[in-house]
Amino acid sequence: MSHIKKKQGPGWGAVAGVAAFLALVILLENLSALLPSVPRVLMPTSQLFTVLKKGAVYSLVVVSMNLLNGFTGLFSLGQAGFMLLGAYTYAILTVPVDQKDTVYYLFGGSAVKFSLQDTFALLFGSAGVGGAVSMVLGVLVGLILAGLVAAGFAYLIGLPVLRLKSDYLAIATLGFAEILRAVFQWQPLGPITNGANMLKNFPTFSDFNIENASGQVVLRLSAFIPMLIAAVCIGIIVLLINSSYGRAFKAIREDEVAAEAMGINLARHKMLSFCISSFFAGVGGGLFAMYTANAQAKVFTSTMTYELLLIVVIGGIGSVSGSVMATFLYVACSEWWLRFLDSELAFAAPAAPGRLAFIAVFAAAVIAAAFLAIRAIRRREGHTLRQEAPVWAVAILLLGWLVYFVISGSLQLPLLRNGFRMVVFSIIIMIVVLFFRQGIMGDRELPEAMRAFRRRMSARRGDKKEGTK
Amino acid sequence: MEFFISTLLFGISVGGQYALIAIGYTMVYGILRLINFAHGDVFMVAGLMGIYLTSGLTPYLPPAAVIPASLVLVLVLTVALGFCIERVAYKPLRSAPRMSVMISAIGVSYLLQNTATYVTGGQPMTYPTLPFLGETVTIAGTPIKWVVILTPFLVVALVIVLTQLINHTKIGMAMRAVAKDFETSQLMGIKINQVISATFIIGSALAAVGSMLYFTNYPSITPTAGAMPGLKAFVAAVFGGIGSIPGAVIGAFLIGICENLVKSTQFTVFSDAITFALLIVILVFKPTGLFGEKATDKV
Repeated sequence: MSHIKKKQGPGWGAVAGVAAFLALVILLENLSALLPSVPRVLMPTSQLFTVLKKGAVYSLVVVSMNLLNGFTGLFSLGQAGFMLLGAYTYAILTVPVDQKDTVYYLFGGSAVKFSLQDTFALLFGSAGVGGAVSMVLGVLVGLILAGLVAAGFAYLIGLPVLRLKSDYLAIATLGFAEILRAVFQWQPLGPITNGANMLKNFPTFSDFNIENASGQVVLRLSAFIPMLIAAVCIGIIVLLINSSYGRAFKAIREDEVAAEAMGINLARHKMLSFCISSFFAGVGGGLFAMYTANAQAKVFTSTMTYELLLIVVIGGIGSVSGSVMATFLYVACSEWWLRFLDSELAFAAPAAPGRLAFIAVFAAAVIAAAFLAIRAIRRREGHTLRQEAPVWAVAILLLGWLVYFVISGSLQLPLLRNGFRMVVFSIIIMIVVLFFRQGIMGDRELPEAMRAFRRRMSARRGDKKEGTK
Repeated sequence: MEFFISTLLFGISVGGQYALIAIGYTMVYGILRLINFAHGDVFMVAGLMGIYLTSGLTPYLPPAAVIPASLVLVLVLTVALGFCIERVAYKPLRSAPRMSVMISAIGVSYLLQNTATYVTGGQPMTYPTLPFLGETVTIAGTPIKWVVILTPFLVVALVIVLTQLINHTKIGMAMRAVAKDFETSQLMGIKINQVISATFIIGSALAAVGSMLYFTNYPSITPTAGAMPGLKAFVAAVFGGIGSIPGAVIGAFLIGICENLVKSTQFTVFSDAITFALLIVILVFKPTGLFGEKATDKV
C-alpha cells in the first residue's frame, strides 16, 4: 500500500445519513394518507415501493456476496443456494399453526407443529400489542435462524470446498446450490418443505403496517422494515470489513501466499468470510421470502446468482456503497423505469408532440452515445480508423432508420412488445461491463469518492484561477 | 433388462450430446481460462435457428431440401454467432482481469436468453422432426429413435477428426501452444486472435451439431433450454480435467449415463443434482479432474 489511511471517526455522518433516508422512506410511504391528493408514484401500489422493498432485500444479498467475492477474493456462486436455505428456514418456522393445514394440504399438515410467533404469543398474548410483539419477535428470530442455518450449512460445505481455487470453487458452490434446489423439491420431504409447492401465509412486510381497531392502515411500514433490517445488517458487514478481520480478508484477496507469510490463518479466515457471507445471504433469503410472500425452491436458480454477481460488478467489486447503489439502480431499471418498453405504443398523429419528442430524444441519444464512444476510442493509444468503424456503422444505421421513421410518417413504434424491456436492459448491462469495467465505484466507498471529487473540483478551480492571472 | 438397455442407450446418447457442448467449453477454457457461460445459450440459439429457418425456408424450397438446407444454414449462422460474441464481448477484455471476462460471458448469456424470450414470446417452441434421425426403430423390443443409436458414433467420429486437427495441423499446433503458455506463444509469432477465433468457431460448430441431436430427443425449446445442458457440459469438462478433449468426452458420457440411470428410479428429482454431486466428489478427491494436468502454485 502506498498510502496509510488516516484513522477515521466512527462514521456518525454515515449513520445519520442512513437514518435520514429511513425517515424519508416512512414519510414517502405515508404521504398518500397524510395529504388529500398525491401523484400516482406515491400511491401505496406504486412501483416505487416495490423497488424500495426488493432493492433493500437484494442489496443485503449483494453486499454479502461482495464480502466474499470482492473483499476476500473467494469466487463463490452459491448465493442463491444460501438464500434458498434462509427463505425455507424462515418460512417453515413462521407459517402460523392455524394455517399449516391449508399450506401443507397435500401432505396432511406439517411435521413442524409450532411456529415462532405462536410460541411467543404464549408469552405475550395474541391480541393487541402482545400479538404485535410476538409477531415482530417471531419474524426477527426467524430471520436470525434463517441466517444461522445458512451459515451452518456453509461451514459444512466449506470444509471440503474452500480448499479449491478460483473457478473450481465457483463451480463447486454452484453445484451445491443446484443440489439444494433438488433436495428441497423432493416429495418425501414434503411434510417439512411442502415438496415442489410453495410455502405461503407466513408474515410478510405488509404485516408490519399498523392498523387500527377497524382494520384500516394507520401507519405504513412495509417498505421501511426491509430497509431497516438491510441497513442494520449492512452496517454490521461494514464494521466487520473495517475490523482486523476485514483487513485480513483484504490481505487474502491481494495475495494469499503473502498473507499466509504475514501470519494470517488462511483456512480460518476464508471459512469465517464464507460463513458470515452465507449468514447474511440466509437473512436476505428470509427477507426475499417476505418480499414475494412465498418460498419456492424453483426461484433460486443459478440465474439468480448470476444476476447478483452482475450487480456486484456494476457497483464495483470491493465497494459496499457501490453495491447498494447498483442494486437500487438495477432493480429500478428492471422493475420500473424500463417498464414502458414492454407495452406497444402508438402515437396519435404524425406531428403529435410525443412523436416529435421521441424523434428528438432518439437522435440526441444516438449522436451523444456515438460521440462518447468515438472520443473514448480516440483517446486510446495507437487507435485506428478500423476501431471506430463499428461505432460509425451502428450510429449511421440507427439514424438511417430514424430518417425512414420520420419520412414514412409511421405512428407505431417498432419493436416495443412484451420482453423488449429485458433485451434493452441486458444491452445496457453489456455496455457497462465492456466500457465501465470498474463499475460505479471501483473499490472505493462513497465518502472517499466524494472527497476525491471535491479535491478534483477545487484543483480544477485553482487551475482556472492561475490561467486567468 | 430391456428397460435397462434403453436407459443405458439413452444415457450414452445424451452423454454424446453433452460431449459436443463440453468440447466448446474445454477448448475455450484451455486457451483463455474463461468459463464461457454463454456457450449453453449459443446451443439454445442454434436450436431456435433450426426452428425458424425450417419454417422460413419451407415456401421457397422443395420439401426434401428444406431440412438439409436449414441445418447447413444453422451451422454457418451459429459459427458466425460464436465468432461475433468473441470479437465483441471477449476480445476488448483481453488484458482485463479474468473476472471481467467471465462477467462479460454472463452478460452475453443474459442477453441471448432475453432476446430469445423476446423473439419467441417466452413460449416453448417445437423442434422440427429431422428425417431418418427422428424416426423410430425397434431394437430388442424397445422402440428407439435413430438419433439415440447414431449419436455416440457421430461424436466419436467428430472427436477423432478434432484430435487429428489439433495434433497434425498448423492451427492445431498453435492452439496447443497458446493453451500451454499464452504470452510466450505470442512472442513466438502466433497470431493469438486468429487462434482464439478458430477455437470459438470449432466450439460453436460442435454446439450446433449438438443442438440438432439434442433437440431431436427433447423437441421443446424454451429460452432457458440451454442453461442446464450447458452447465452439465461444463461439469463434464471439469470432470474430465478441463482443457483435455478426451477427458471432456468421457466425462460427458459418464454424466449422461448417471443422469439417465437416476431418472429411471424414484429419485427423478435428483437427475440434475447427481451431476453436481459427481462433480463435487471428483473435485474433492482429484481437484484437476480425471485427465487434468497437475498445476503447481508459483509464487
